[in-house]
Amino acid sequence: MTTLPSTLILDWKRIFKWGSICAAALLFVSLVGMPIKLDPKSIISPLLSLGYVSLFWLPLIFGYVASSRVVLEGVETSKPGLSDLLTGVLTGAIGGAGLTLLMLGIENFDIRDPLINWSPQLLEVLAFGARDLNSAVWIGIGGALGLVGAALNVIPESLRRGVSYGFFTVLAVAIFEPALDDMSEGFRLEWLVELIFQKRGGLKLWPAIILASLIGLISVVSKGKVKKAVAQYRKQEGSQKKQTSVVLFGIVAALGVVLPIFMGTYVNSLLANVGIFLLLALGLNIVVGLAGILDLGYVAFFAVGAYTTAVLTSEISPFFAPGLTWVLSLVFVVLLAALTGLIIGAPVIRMRGDYLAIVTLGFGEIIRLLFLSDFLKPYFGGAQGILGIPGIDLGFVYISGTDTRGIFYLVLFFCGLAVYVSWRLQASRLGRSWMAIREDEQVAEAMGINTVNSKLMAFVVGAVLASFAGAIMAARVGSVFPNSFMILISIVILVVVIVGGMGSIPGVFVGAFVLIGILGGPKQPGLLQEFGSLKLLVYGMLLVYMMLQRPEGLVPSARRTQELHQEEFLQDSWLKGTDDEDEEQPIEGEEAQI
Amino acid sequence: MKEEKTVTAVIEGKSKRRTPLVDRFLFVVKVFLIGLVTIGFLAFVAQQISPDNWFARWRNPGATGLSADQIKGLVISGLSQGVFYGLIALGYSMVYGVLGFINFAHGEVFMVSAYTGYIAANKFSANGMWESNFALCLLIVLLLAVMVSTVTAVLTERIAYRPLRNSPRLIPLITSIGVSFVLQNAVLGIFGPGTQGYPQLPEWLAKQRSILTFEISGIKILVFLVTIVSMTGLWYLVERTKTGKAMRAVAEDKEIASLMGINVNRIIVTTFAVGGAMAGVAGVMFGLLFRAVNPMTGFLPGIKAFTAAVVGGIGNLGGAMSGGLALGSAESIAPQLILEPLGVPGVTQLKDAVAFTVLVMVLLFKPSGLFGERLSAEDRA
Repeated sequence: MTTLPSTLILDWKRIFKWGSICAAALLFVSLVGMPIKLDPKSIISPLLSLGYVSLFWLPLIFGYVASSRVVLEGVETSKPGLSDLLTGVLTGAIGGAGLTLLMLGIENFDIRDPLINWSPQLLEVLAFGARDLNSAVWIGIGGALGLVGAALNVIPESLRRGVSYGFFTVLAVAIFEPALDDMSEGFRLEWLVELIFQKRGGLKLWPAIILASLIGLISVVSKGKVKKAVAQYRKQEGSQKKQTSVVLFGIVAALGVVLPIFMGTYVNSLLANVGIFLLLALGLNIVVGLAGILDLGYVAFFAVGAYTTAVLTSEISPFFAPGLTWVLSLVFVVLLAALTGLIIGAPVIRMRGDYLAIVTLGFGEIIRLLFLSDFLKPYFGGAQGILGIPGIDLGFVYISGTDTRGIFYLVLFFCGLAVYVSWRLQASRLGRSWMAIREDEQVAEAMGINTVNSKLMAFVVGAVLASFAGAIMAARVGSVFPNSFMILISIVILVVVIVGGMGSIPGVFVGAFVLIGILGGPKQPGLLQEFGSLKLLVYGMLLVYMMLQRPEGLVPSARRTQELHQEEFLQDSWLKGTDDEDEEQPIEGEEAQI
Repeated sequence: MKEEKTVTAVIEGKSKRRTPLVDRFLFVVKVFLIGLVTIGFLAFVAQQISPDNWFARWRNPGATGLSADQIKGLVISGLSQGVFYGLIALGYSMVYGVLGFINFAHGEVFMVSAYTGYIAANKFSANGMWESNFALCLLIVLLLAVMVSTVTAVLTERIAYRPLRNSPRLIPLITSIGVSFVLQNAVLGIFGPGTQGYPQLPEWLAKQRSILTFEISGIKILVFLVTIVSMTGLWYLVERTKTGKAMRAVAEDKEIASLMGINVNRIIVTTFAVGGAMAGVAGVMFGLLFRAVNPMTGFLPGIKAFTAAVVGGIGNLGGAMSGGLALGSAESIAPQLILEPLGVPGVTQLKDAVAFTVLVMVLLFKPSGLFGERLSAEDRA
């Protein structure tokens, strides 16, 4: 590849395209209310709050995107240089101009009637709290951020990595502030927290700078050794990989057992929430990830688990109150969940994949409506639900619903069980037949797999895992209500599985911790409780983004990646000439296949 | 020789034993459902003949029977609900016919239109035009809402679905769930979470009228008229114009259609636009009829409209409308007709459950829908 001397040629069409998309995105973010809602959460106090981060990252990203160019093999390109930087500046400035217009608009027109965020409050945030700030300042800010974005493209890769790691570390530390605050008491590290955090929240300026530069330096010095290690881990095969995986999971499990002792109520209850969703996601991972059945009514099994526990253990359940212990009721929970899995699974199992999705969604809604209705009110209490569910008596220890640490250990145990089950199933005959069905059902059937039974088994295993989560949830909250089992939950769990990586157990862990831990579940607040109802918007965007850009998820399973990028793999092997069978085939043949 | 025999025997034995287990269960389910519906219906007939009848009293001791007016009212409200399902179902059906995936976000397009209508109507109402010049206002509101919903539908196609044209079928479905989430919560964020009200209708439209002994409000007549007009327009577009011919060709086979010189991308955009416009009409009418709209308005009607599309046979436009009407009536009548005679209390709460049960039953008994589906061979797989 030869490089031309850099000349100052600007692609105006490209600049305007990305600039106006950037402006539209900024307007959308502002009008949805992100800057206002996220302003209370400060990152670097008092300089930067999350509200401003939600505005600043857009010109930066668009500057980066607009100035990055497609490098084609064999085509002459100029060195990245001034024209790229200028592209970034102009893109960012056009984006920022959108906010300038918005400020002028808010000052002069009042259309607050339909648009609730068209308010003086937004104006105040946009004007950085100053009363008479020239709104044109946003053009400058946008340009500067665009410049930074473009500069990231121009500087060498190691430096880019250092800068971004430094920035993300600061962001992460600020996000984890409540958790660190809570943990510091257990570790007797209050002084450290006081050193780096402001009393009212947010990092102090100097610690932030030191932290960022430290992490940046480390990553520049280490020169991507971490990445190499991960790549090497992924390349391992057979027993070696198994060994490493077992060791890794061992470390995670050990941390899970030891850490809660040092943590306060806040982190423990947060982890218990994450754990319940993790358990659900592990179950759905078997159904969606391994067997490829898109079950949108997964919440039904969660509800069955919770209601079975409630009826069997509560002394005041309306119709039938045997008052069993939690452990004993678990037996019935498993049986009933498996039965529900069979009953829901049997009619839908032969349907087309997309019909199945809608019908399971219907079943999920039917179950909630039935629990809610007057029809079953004598048995399940209708909208009032079932109250008075006792804690969990394990014989040697009693865990009440408010004992967050105990609940966390219980969740941890069941998550471990779920991981073990999914891990063992993955390589088993059943697991392999699931994967075969996922890839091509007709071929799988032709290979002698009983597709109906295999798919039903996936339904049943998923149902049982979800019912465990339901049983724990019931004991934790002490009551169950039909409206805790909205379809929303199914979809949030689906997002967790997809963002993490369908069919990948580590992926599900990452998905649950990142999404439920930081953003929070449908009703449970996460670390960033400021998000409130906006988190669902973020979930939706993440889902679309992942499907478009990275359908295999953050931590993909190798097999699934191959399936989803079959064409690219074919092309790669064709380019490399490793695919001997296709050597004689002309390119037209390949295209026709696609 | 002997061994071979046992092997085949084992295989045969297994295949005889294994698969039918599910089928047998399904048979029981089918018999149970049919039995339930039949007994409920017979009990209803019995209670209509005389509420004191033992069969009517058997499950439902408080049986009173329904008067003719009550039944007519149920039919009318069912049909006027069904019209919306039908109009939205058209969009599902057309997109499924052309692209072969369920556009889950289509219900949200309907909601966006209802919101646009609410904003425009309230602006008109604020300066008094809504009362003084209702017909003109309604026309403008309708055009505006249809425009916005069309643009929304086309934008979602451009941003979210076009890059996924050749991916496995479930991928665009999952994407559309995400799009639906985004639209719902964006509207919630921008316009606030509360339920918003449409302005009051003029007197002559809100009044009850009596047509062929059916008591029906003026607005419902308007809804039916608008639906008939838009259905006629759609029929003309699909069956009589060149674009419609191209749409049918693309639905039949995309590759061959493009070989015949049809711009497949443009036709797909047109399909989304037409579907969006139909949902737009439905959105404004929904707002006028129920006079309330919130960000979740689109979710249930959306799913039920898909049900309607399946009931009528997916890809079949006349089927989608009839499916919508059938589903709307079933949902309105079945609770009183079948569930109440069976002694189920609070039947109106189970309206939505009935709609989903209809979906399950149609897919169990006649998966291709009541009027037959029209899909290309590859989509049917």
